[in-house]
Amino acid sequence: MRIALFVTCLADTMFPAAAKATVHLLERLGHEVVFPAGQTCCGQMHINTGYQKDALPLVRRHVQTFAPYDVVVAPSGSCVGSVRHQHAMVARAAGEEGLAARAEDVASRTYELSELLVDVLGVEDVGAYYPHRVTYHPTCHSLRMIRVGDKPQRLLRHVRGMELVELPAADQCCGFGGTFALKNADTSAAMLADKMRHVLDTGAEVCTAGDSSCLMHIGGGLSRLDAGVRTVHLAEILAATEETA
Amino acid sequence: MSTFLGMPATAPRGVGNLRGDESFPAAARKALGNDQLRRNLGHATTTIRAKSGAVIGELPDWQELRSAGSALKAATMARLPELLLQLEENVTRAGGVVHWAADANEANRIVTELVRATGEQRVIKVKSMATQEIGLNEALEEAGIEPIETDLAELIVQLGNDKPSHILVPAIHRNRSEIREIFLREMPGVDPALTDEPVVLAGAARRYLRETFLSTKVAVSGANFAIADTGTLVVLESEGNGRMCLTLPETLITVMGIEKLVPTWQDLEVFLQLLPRASTGERMNPYTSMWTGVTPGDGPQSFHLVLLDNGRSAVLADEVGRQALHCIRCSACLNVCPVYERTGGHAYGSVYPGPIGAVLSPQLTGVEDNASLPYASSLCGACFDACPVKIDIPSILVHLRNEVPHPRTERAAMAAAAYTMDHPKLYAAAQHAAKLTKLAGHRLPPPLNGWTASRDLPEPPPETFRDWWAKR
Ligand code: SF4
Repeated sequence: MRIALFVTCLADTMFPAAAKATVHLLERLGHEVVFPAGQTCCGQMHINTGYQKDALPLVRRHVQTFAPYDVVVAPSGSCVGSVRHQHAMVARAAGEEGLAARAEDVASRTYELSELLVDVLGVEDVGAYYPHRVTYHPTCHSLRMIRVGDKPQRLLRHVRGMELVELPAADQCCGFGGTFALKNADTSAAMLADKMRHVLDTGAEVCTAGDSSCLMHIGGGLSRLDAGVRTVHLAEILAATEETA
Repeated sequence: MSTFLGMPATAPRGVGNLRGDESFPAAARKALGNDQLRRNLGHATTTIRAKSGAVIGELPDWQELRSAGSALKAATMARLPELLLQLEENVTRAGGVVHWAADANEANRIVTELVRATGEQRVIKVKSMATQEIGLNEALEEAGIEPIETDLAELIVQLGNDKPSHILVPAIHRNRSEIREIFLREMPGVDPALTDEPVVLAGAARRYLRETFLSTKVAVSGANFAIADTGTLVVLESEGNGRMCLTLPETLITVMGIEKLVPTWQDLEVFLQLLPRASTGERMNPYTSMWTGVTPGDGPQSFHLVLLDNGRSAVLADEVGRQALHCIRCSACLNVCPVYERTGGHAYGSVYPGPIGAVLSPQLTGVEDNASLPYASSLCGACFDACPVKIDIPSILVHLRNEVPHPRTERAAMAAAAYTMDHPKLYAAAQHAAKLTKLAGHRLPPPLNGWTASRDLPEPPPETFRDWWAKR
């Protein structure tokens, strides 16, 4: 299958390893990955901070860039959530019905990585090998905005060599929330402290998730604690093999 | 913006309890520093969540019930004016008197005059969010009338000269030793040997309240529901204090937000299932009191209903925000909210805290007066899933953020960022610039230092994804 990669601005700039892993994984499974030029950012930061007008050109750009592709994948539940639940809304609020309809069309073909693998490509065992103790944090937008359910865990359970340990109070927000972490830094830090405590309680070496943004937040906290727990994007674990280990 | 005649007005300033003195982040910072408060809240919300989750799990049709509740509320809002007139007609026919209050000032004046007309100096109160919203207790006190709260938690808050911090459990932020202190200090005729055992504390309150019930002739209540086609008012509670207030006095004055209507008696069927399970985790609330006008020789012989707008028409006029009026004040969204759990209710500055408060208060007051509240959420969505009438709180938050006046520097930065992101060449250049900025010790300068106060920022990688892709 020919799959267009929506890399997301954060993965592109700060966490290219997650995006590269997505490419390697899909190619290993025998698919063709293309990277549509002209893509930048889904505009979620603008929309969620209250700048829908500023986000409108970004929505238009995203829709134009991805309209030609049958299947689009992003290594981020949050950005897929924005594409699915916000793009048409922003277009409609600006009175652009045509754009809204095209945005809905693109959204209907856009998937988060675990959704693409399980629902579209029909695989749960992607042939990965990752010999570590890992805990999974189901990010809020993956969990409640796009409802990936237990697809990530199903994929992780097939990873060889890995011990998957359950995260206590897993469905509690880590406190990132985009600009929330800046505007309400103290509350965000208090939420992060509890999330880190739960991660440390598992005794895992690695905390994984489907969103680089939440991992940046959790990882940034763990790094400050010098806790020795790493954060690794789900795509990187699924892309890992015996050869790369 | 100019105001034209007929424009729905927001709740007036200088009266009531919808606006805080500080922004949410500032108030939250203080609350976060209070360890006792954090422990009380964490314990209480975790307990309620577990209890509520268990009884909700018993109902196979919970999701259908939620949809039914949501649909009923939407249908009610769509013909609210007509239903309100129907309610007025039926309450009047049953011997009640209906008063219309455009805002808090008018409602306070109406209630104060009604109490004055009875010649009484004291009223007992059934726990009511609407009267807290308008600051009725303060208004009555100013007029020389003493209001006495009879809900146990509300009484604790009143005696403690405190503000409620939860819709349903107003004293959620207090533990029992604090409550004992308050009773010893403030409760008339309290036994000085009072201990902090829950039964002993409840006993002290009961003795005090019974005396009060039997000697007070006027009661003020709110209403959980009002049934348009019968003119019946409904109050749900768990202690029985409400039942006492609603039956013992000679005069009963009910203050009710105009959104509390349901069209028919049968519609209650849905809400009486949704509310107790979502709010206190009970299958059925212990006391459901219903009354229709007055009944000669039984209960209050004089009944007044004050229909309160206080900004609600303005909320109704907002297509996205109006679903906040569907709220049945169950407080489930507070109990699951990770922000509320850490900051408590006072940080929201309004009688409506938590997720629903973050969308309702700014709408009632106008967003300028509560501009920080729509940001008091990480948009995690837990509130939406918990809400028994499916109010899409995250979407309303995002909608309101788009309406608040933004700080000038933020506006400029966001516009610049959007411009850059809309020009791939500039965007790539900015990515490279980010790479060159070596952050000293992973710290950011103000105003971004809130991030690095408690988290490290990762080093930008040597190569962006698009550079890597181009070289492949
Ligand atoms: S918004 Fe929903 S969950 Fe929150 S108090 Fe109202 S009805 Fe309950």
